[in-house]
Amino acid sequence: MNEHIISLLLENESGALSRVAGLFSARAYNIESLSVAPTDDETMSRMTIVTSGTDEIVEQIRKQLNKLVDVVRLVDLTESEHIERELMLAKVEAVGEARDEVKRLVDIFNGRVVDVTDTTYTVELTDTRDKLDSFLTSLSSIKIHEVVRSGAIGICSGEKVLAV
Amino acid sequence: MTGAEIVVQSLIEEGVDHLFGYPGGAVLNIYDAIHQQDGLQHILVRHEQAATHAADGYARSTGKPGVVLVTSGPGATNAVTGIATAYMDSIPMVVLTGQVPLHLIGNDAFQEVDSVGITRPVVKHNFLVEDIKDLAATIKKAFYVATTGRPGPVVVDIPKDITGQTFEFSYPRDIKIRSYQPKVTVDSAQVKKAYELILDAKKPMIYTGGGVILSNASDELIKFTQHLGAPITNTLMGLGAYPANEKQFVGMLGMHGTYEANMSMHHCDVLIAIGARFDDRVTGNLEKFCPDARIVHVDIDPASISKNVKVDVAIVGDVKDVMTDLNKIIEASDQRLESAALSAWWLQIEEWRAQDCLKFNRDTGSIKPQFVVEQLHQVTEGNAFVTSDVGQHQMFAAQYYGFNKPRRWINSGGLGTMGFGLPAAMGVQLAHPDEQVACITGEGSIQMCIQELSTCTQYGLPVKIINLNNGFLGMVRQWQEFFYEKRYASSYMESLPDFVALAESYGHVGIRVTKPEDVRQAIEDAYGKYKDRTVFIDFMIDKEENVYPMIPAGAGLNEMILV
Repeated sequence: MNEHIISLLLENESGALSRVAGLFSARAYNIESLSVAPTDDETMSRMTIVTSGTDEIVEQIRKQLNKLVDVVRLVDLTESEHIERELMLAKVEAVGEARDEVKRLVDIFNGRVVDVTDTTYTVELTDTRDKLDSFLTSLSSIKIHEVVRSGAIGICSGEKVLAV
Repeated sequence: MTGAEIVVQSLIEEGVDHLFGYPGGAVLNIYDAIHQQDGLQHILVRHEQAATHAADGYARSTGKPGVVLVTSGPGATNAVTGIATAYMDSIPMVVLTGQVPLHLIGNDAFQEVDSVGITRPVVKHNFLVEDIKDLAATIKKAFYVATTGRPGPVVVDIPKDITGQTFEFSYPRDIKIRSYQPKVTVDSAQVKKAYELILDAKKPMIYTGGGVILSNASDELIKFTQHLGAPITNTLMGLGAYPANEKQFVGMLGMHGTYEANMSMHHCDVLIAIGARFDDRVTGNLEKFCPDARIVHVDIDPASISKNVKVDVAIVGDVKDVMTDLNKIIEASDQRLESAALSAWWLQIEEWRAQDCLKFNRDTGSIKPQFVVEQLHQVTEGNAFVTSDVGQHQMFAAQYYGFNKPRRWINSGGLGTMGFGLPAAMGVQLAHPDEQVACITGEGSIQMCIQELSTCTQYGLPVKIINLNNGFLGMVRQWQEFFYEKRYASSYMESLPDFVALAESYGHVGIRVTKPEDVRQAIEDAYGKYKDRTVFIDFMIDKEENVYPMIPAGAGLNEMILV
């Protein structure tokens, strides 16, 4: 089982998202995260799916996605050098000693405190999924009230582009 | 033009001559437009499921897309089984569903259902028309997607208000969809590689499926097979692609395939799979499948390649193009399969064939279903279009009819839809008014779409219904006999109608046959003196006959149960 980040250009048609989501549920493929938003070309959306499976299954996922009429282009980012980012917002308890500890950790992880109350900090962090996971782990002694993650997005390194 | 007229004109532009459907509120405008033209004929079925099956039978027997028109809500949901049937067997079909007016969508309006959502997993693609200016182009796209690449059904959902608006009609000549490129150029290096691998074979085997039929590649396949001199088997979906009466044909393979076909598969050293998808009913236990074989796989759908079975050489492309290229390479080459090895292989195969695995007891005094199919073959000289439902009768038809031409065997192979046979036969008969059409069915299946006897009356369709009546859901009963210690849970058909009287009540000819010696005469009458009538022959067959050979679930192809 390996993790793969598959990036798609999708026709900006109603129902396109449900075709992709439906494919994953109908064929019992794993889906760890899915993010989708318009691009600079208003006729297309860019979708990033984090999935996992054996090589054979991931090969099938790519082929089945490519078969969808709404899928314009597809790339498996994990097959080459790529840049991966995920945005996380976390609301954590910030009382007493923990208040300084959270701030220190946020600085170490290059995050920002974007909202403050007497008892909480809301932290924003943008990094790879691994880094976000480590940040949460390092908060072990601190109470986390809420975590929101965007799901990963990604782009190929270098001059290679996914475009029409 | 009104939207309704645009719909009808678009169909005429596509060359549609028959439209199968059932009216309702959301499609009344379209029906009104159909009523006022004579470019295409509408066939009124008795249930929307039958509309899709009839269109499917039309498509399978002609190669042209089948076209369906149903209303919103229950009209669309009733059509879903037929759409899924076509999807599983890659049949080109365009289904127009009416929808509630745009402003009511999402409002739980009367007869509203999310047709695009409900059909999404069982279509190649679907569309909701949201603007009359897109209507003609969307229909064009639907036909384009349905008929190109690996074919399949496409649904176009049309809100009622759009059919009432007006817009200038112009039907696009060509359509391009940037995200859909069905045309593949065959990779000639792969073709060469495939032939090199084939030349290495001592025990070659050709295994072909429905793709050969969909691609109209029978002639190319015959040439290829004869060039090689190798044995060939067809899947249930592929029967007729290679003539059953030719010596190199070893019969159907798979769960109820012949001994010689399955043994040849199991022991071959090079397997050439063409337009077939290694379905579980074909492979049996994957871990025991073709243990010694290197595999060449030709398929138009890249997703079919190495999906169930890992292959050594894959050629993606239209079967007809690939076979043409392969034949060219063979014809230009002076290399052939090693003849001594091939002779030894054939000797072995003939030994398997000598088992005569399809033999059955002819002296029981009861009517054997195999005998009925055999007699049907003889009376129709093997030239009939034969549709079937699903179950034992389907397997008997596949095993004993002997199809020599493609597109003559019409059955629901993938989805296994009971109720398919009669409406499919109607579609076939409409497309081929002068041909002999038989629907081989059972008393269970036929009752799933029996209302279509009424459609046969309305359009004077002389299909012959060969009802193999054993009073059991035969295949269910067979499994219960083998695997559930004969606990026949709900497999006995009680309270059957008098099929003869039923057929007669629709104005058809009904014949009941209870003795083997009357089988032949009944079939001769059906195609002779009742040639122009719908005939329902109720054959009271042996109640507990089983389909053999059989590969039990989890077994390998070499582990068949013979009689």
